[in-house]
Amino acid sequence: MQPADLSATDIVAAIRQGDLTAVQCVEAFLDRIARLDGSLNAFLHVDRDGALATAAAIDARRKAGRPLGALAGLPVAVKDALCTADLPTTCASRMLAGFRPPYDADTVVRLRAADAVIVGKTNMDEFAMGGSNENSAFGPVRNPWDPARAPGGSSGGSAACVAADMAPVAIGSDTGGSIRQPAGLCGITGLKPTYGRVSRRGLVAFASSLDQIGPMARSAADCALVLETIAGHDPGDSTSLADVVPRYTELLEQPLTGLRIGRVRDHYADGLDPEVRRGVDEAFAVFEAAGATVHDVELPHAKYGVATYYLIAPCEASSNLARYDGAHYGHRAKPGEGHRAESGGRRFESPLVEMYCRSRGEGFGPEVKRRIMLGTYALSAGYYDAYYAKALKVRRLIRQDYLDAFQKVDLIGGPVSATPAFRLGEKTGDPLAMYLVDLYTVATNLAGVGGISFPCGFTKGGLPIGFQLQGPALAEPLLLRAADRFQRLTEWHVRRPERIA
Amino acid sequence: MTASAATSEPYTTVIGLEVHVQLQTRTKLFCGCSTRFGAAPNTQVCPVCLGLPGSLPVMNRTAFTLALKAALALGCRIAAFTKWDRKNYFYPDLPKGYQISQYDLPFSSDGHLEVTDPKGGFVRNVGIVRVHLEEDAGKSMHDEAAGTADSRIDLNRAGTPLCEIVTQPDLRSPQEARAWLNELKLLLVYLGVSDCNMQEGSLRVDANVNLHIPQPDGRIAKTPIVEIKNMNSFRSVERALAYEAVRQYDEWQATKAELGTTPKQTRGWDDPAGVTRAQRHKEESSDYRYFPDPDLVPVTVDERQLAEVRASMGEPPAVLRGTLAAKWRISPYDADVLVNQGRDIVAYFEDVATRVGEGKVASNWLQQDVLRTLNERGESIDAFPVRPEALADLIGRVQKGEFDTSRGREIFAEMLASGRSVADVVASLGIAVVDDADLVALCRELLAENPKIVADVRGGKEQAAAGLIGQAKKKNPNVNPAKVRQTCLELIRAM
Repeated sequence: MQPADLSATDIVAAIRQGDLTAVQCVEAFLDRIARLDGSLNAFLHVDRDGALATAAAIDARRKAGRPLGALAGLPVAVKDALCTADLPTTCASRMLAGFRPPYDADTVVRLRAADAVIVGKTNMDEFAMGGSNENSAFGPVRNPWDPARAPGGSSGGSAACVAADMAPVAIGSDTGGSIRQPAGLCGITGLKPTYGRVSRRGLVAFASSLDQIGPMARSAADCALVLETIAGHDPGDSTSLADVVPRYTELLEQPLTGLRIGRVRDHYADGLDPEVRRGVDEAFAVFEAAGATVHDVELPHAKYGVATYYLIAPCEASSNLARYDGAHYGHRAKPGEGHRAESGGRRFESPLVEMYCRSRGEGFGPEVKRRIMLGTYALSAGYYDAYYAKALKVRRLIRQDYLDAFQKVDLIGGPVSATPAFRLGEKTGDPLAMYLVDLYTVATNLAGVGGISFPCGFTKGGLPIGFQLQGPALAEPLLLRAADRFQRLTEWHVRRPERIA
Repeated sequence: MTASAATSEPYTTVIGLEVHVQLQTRTKLFCGCSTRFGAAPNTQVCPVCLGLPGSLPVMNRTAFTLALKAALALGCRIAAFTKWDRKNYFYPDLPKGYQISQYDLPFSSDGHLEVTDPKGGFVRNVGIVRVHLEEDAGKSMHDEAAGTADSRIDLNRAGTPLCEIVTQPDLRSPQEARAWLNELKLLLVYLGVSDCNMQEGSLRVDANVNLHIPQPDGRIAKTPIVEIKNMNSFRSVERALAYEAVRQYDEWQATKAELGTTPKQTRGWDDPAGVTRAQRHKEESSDYRYFPDPDLVPVTVDERQLAEVRASMGEPPAVLRGTLAAKWRISPYDADVLVNQGRDIVAYFEDVATRVGEGKVASNWLQQDVLRTLNERGESIDAFPVRPEALADLIGRVQKGEFDTSRGREIFAEMLASGRSVADVVASLGIAVVDDADLVALCRELLAENPKIVADVRGGKEQAAAGLIGQAKKKNPNVNPAKVRQTCLELIRAM
């Protein structure tokens, strides 16, 4: 039995039944990481020893007949934006190179309590800012379907490692599409839950009102399995939801008869790649064949989503990232020549200011700096009302659009991104073009609702095409059920990149 | 300088205060760390108050309730909906790079607190602009000027709940400012909101001051507003304001500079030198880029919650003064003295007065004996060796005439020194209570020995009886002089 060929659900069952040991399973994935990740660069840290020790302990517990957690022995890769007390947490930034948090993120606590085995931390865009993974300070991740292409981002490492079977499931985070877009470009399934469904405690903040942790896996059923463990109220996160967590895995069976899926006309505007369009249309047809009906709906303000997002997210980020000042932890510039020193023609008013400026100047990459500057500017006196306050108003309108749409339909379908995976370097010179990769995903975060993306076809060149479903608040059971039904009727999600397999 | 002297000055001093008080909570505003003062540096910290990546704040309900108490006692309007904002600035004692505070929707506003000079000098109702909650920063000790020395940062204080109280510019003299601060402190200590200990930094005051100078043409010239910082006691607030008023008047005479012509100046009080000094204008145009903290949810307050807080407040000092005066028939001045000593003294007083059955005598003993002793010893009432029941016993015996007040004081001193009861002290000092039969026998003896005095008294000179007291004391030191006098007079009348 090859663990890499099994679903997460099957792996957990096989280990529970004794058909597979946790050590065998973890070793198999670690071997794939060792073989493949040199070229893909999906991992920033691999915890071979720790993972094997954890797996061995689980096997021993099983042998002794002691109870095991719901994910016992399941290898999980965790985005490097989540704090892990035993592994470095860098957010792919020089600023946090080598940083080890003294605590585990709530999601990590829940994974460990369920006896999942954390195999490593995945590469990402620095501080989750980006849509291609090219903003990592530790090199870009390569798309397993075509190593010359980007895996998407910011959870590119998590998407690529699942696509390349280096882990059966991974944890990502999604602020404007950072789970769904790379999942789409890498041909896997990724769920961004409703804001507050999964605790943000221990997720290094990018934009607090938009950030949400979610599962990435090869199927909706596997996402359901992981979400069951990581979702739930956390008294340590004031914005986490108190609603009871459903048994997502047990809610997949019901057919889709009568399900109303909305189609947004604006999604078919210029710029949508014809092959992506074809894949999306075929996906709608699959849903119709499964008993669902498709209806045109409007999200009139969604076209302002990217503009709104690129005000709110940088504003919050400029404040969230102020703590990386070199004073307490993380990168600190080597002492200069005191206040007499000049750098780039700049005189510093004090050694303290010099330390701040140089530490942040050296520690952050260009995209992070760009967003900090955008946010700082937009929050400044005299600009606040024109930018941040106005963006909040548009955000409310977008939220209302969704509430209105979900009066008419149960879910909204459409493309995840306008094109399949683009070439590395293709958009790096044009930040605005890069920001448009979030076109179809940012509104979900602005509205605070959930969305799932999964493969719905391939281009002639062999690149995955992603389909996205968005649902009302706390509609995760429906999102997962619809995606799972689609995956029972199609086989796109079981395809593997040939170069890797 | 007295209030009447102030009115003779050619200007009016206009003062507004900004007071920060640390709330008396066990734990910090947004995490579970202890707020105890004086622990070893950086031992009361966690990922939240250290501002570590991924950490999230969770509001401390107790802190919010205490802040509500303070605001209600200050007569503030309580907002039904309040939110948290981030105040962004870089400083090493601010580990997140922002302070969680309240900007445009503070939880309370529009209150007032009146202060009355018990000597009748002034009555001033001071408006409160707003009271809001925020987290404290840590402490840094550094030597930036030297350019080489390391800075040290202690984050134990970071995240401690602070209430910021901002007054209207309603105060009109340094004395009023000091008296008002005393009243505010008294109120907050009564409520159990804060210990208001300035030495430990749990109460901090900044003052805004300028002068209104009437001009010959009837116009009022206003001097630029100066903010004074670094005042470590209420006394230094008063001194700094007095100094600053004179300084501003001198400057105005020299420059005629008026409000609005120069940026607001910040000056630091140099206590030993007794002067204010201009501080560097480093954050003259600081832009804190306030915005709502997305990590925290807005707080709503309903009537039920307010009723609960009100019910737990007890009488504020201003009300208690009237209540005490009326209930125990003591003067407003006496009530003021007692109330200003704090809730524990008032409780002690009421306990004694209840046992004695009278307020005035209890108040006298409190003020003349108990408070004086506490002052001398620098002690607080809860550690006072003479408990209310013992003092009431002593006062009762003096009232019954078992011994006179001066002998009572001797007994009090001994009770204080030994912690023993009245009865024990009386026994140990060899003070035998003289019973009435013995006293009458002693008086008869005295009258027999002093026919001249008897004749004088019978002739209408009652004061001649005083001559008997000294002799009585020689015969028995335990006799009560007043009783001797009274008994002798009765015996003479009966002759």
